[in-house]
Amino acid sequence: MEYPQVNENPGEMVVSISGLNKWFGDLHVLKNIDLEVAKGERIVIAGPSGSGKSTLIRCINFLEKYQQGEIVVNGITLTDDHKTIEEVRREVGMVFQGFNLFPHLTILENCTLGPIRGFKLNKEKASQTAMHFLEKVNIPEQANKYPGQLSGGQQQRVAIARSLCMNPDVMLFDEPTSALDPEMVKEVLDIMVDLAKEGMTMLCVTHEMGFAKEVADRVIFMDKGQIVEQNKPVEFFTNPQHERTKLFLKQIL
Amino acid sequence: MLTHLTDNLDIWTLGFCNTVSLTVLSFIIAFVVAIPMGVARSHTGTLISKIIYGYIYVIRGTPLLVQIFLIYYGVGQFHSELKAVGLWWFFREGYYCGLLALTLNSIAYQAEIVRGAVMAIPHSLEEAGASISLSRMKIYRFVHIPIAIARMMPALGNEFVLLLKASSLVSVISVEDVLGQARYLFSETLDLSVFYVAAINYLIIVLVAEAVMRKLEARNTWLALR
Repeated sequence: MEYPQVNENPGEMVVSISGLNKWFGDLHVLKNIDLEVAKGERIVIAGPSGSGKSTLIRCINFLEKYQQGEIVVNGITLTDDHKTIEEVRREVGMVFQGFNLFPHLTILENCTLGPIRGFKLNKEKASQTAMHFLEKVNIPEQANKYPGQLSGGQQQRVAIARSLCMNPDVMLFDEPTSALDPEMVKEVLDIMVDLAKEGMTMLCVTHEMGFAKEVADRVIFMDKGQIVEQNKPVEFFTNPQHERTKLFLKQIL
Repeated sequence: MLTHLTDNLDIWTLGFCNTVSLTVLSFIIAFVVAIPMGVARSHTGTLISKIIYGYIYVIRGTPLLVQIFLIYYGVGQFHSELKAVGLWWFFREGYYCGLLALTLNSIAYQAEIVRGAVMAIPHSLEEAGASISLSRMKIYRFVHIPIAIARMMPALGNEFVLLLKASSLVSVISVEDVLGQARYLFSETLDLSVFYVAAINYLIIVLVAEAVMRKLEARNTWLALR
């Protein structure tokens, strides 16, 4: 099944990465990465652990510094100037493996903190927006609870709503279901599928190959800091080109 | 024993007020100063962190009584210079010297409490704050500080009670706090039971302080959730 791609202006790049290189000390973790993400495109990044997939998407909102290369998000070129970084982060939502909700704030406050303190939106407006997105992730009744009172799946859905409240143009998912109990994976994936249907530009680092098959426009396979192979999901899964990809697919499928 | 209290109610009241104001004022001033100091101290390896550690080492490593003497008698030696810069009114008074000594002392302990609480906050929350475009300052103000304060509550309550009892040391520099008044009444009456009255004064303050701390801790219901 393929969802119609919502793209008013085909060819418009939301994220373009060129010549990206990153080292952790002596370890060369990202090697000459070039990646263009069009508006509305859904990309799944797969690969063995330590291949640099998380590091790659964390560079896009500058949670990781990099030594070489250029990243442009919605026309803004990333620099290490903190104003520019904050600007880029407004365009980019992120969902973490460990949810990372603020434990001292209620679900609603988690969602309104960014808009109120970052955008200087008034509390009422921010709460309205937050409730809208909490309804979207099917969790409005928990708005006044604390993260510690919610299950992992519920927390991750709140984390998605929190990101959406910032009205991002692209969403990054860093293994969003890896820390969840198996029976909670689906409730989070369903929300991600909904988002994809609505045309959100998404980059997902995930091991959920079912998700990749269902919604991805492109699957990127990384190994040892390099993009080894990228293709449409059908071709990627049925006709992998690279030996390393074949080995990986054999192990996970 | 009761007659000591009823006959000298004005003396005890003054002592009670002085002890409470000394403790509460020094605790609050120290808390305000300790927050930036503790935060700066948590960035280990920086020069400022080392300087703050030096301060903490000296304060924690010397008796409060010595610090009180150094401020009251030591600084007092320079009274002509202090007069010249217009600070003599401050260092002339035992009360102010005691307040300063208690504040400087409590800063050191509270800064360490702040540091511990700040360092216990997982880095992942900083990343979450960054990912919703909050600046470093805002992440500190809306994420680190509230979480840290909630976690610090028990340790701060402890520090307050310790500070309260330590405040009795200022009686040796002629401050009319609870113990100072008790010592005065003892010298008048030579009746040891005045010290029971003094002890009860401290117990009452601790009772109130603990009730306040319980109230404040109860506001952070989220802490018990994990």
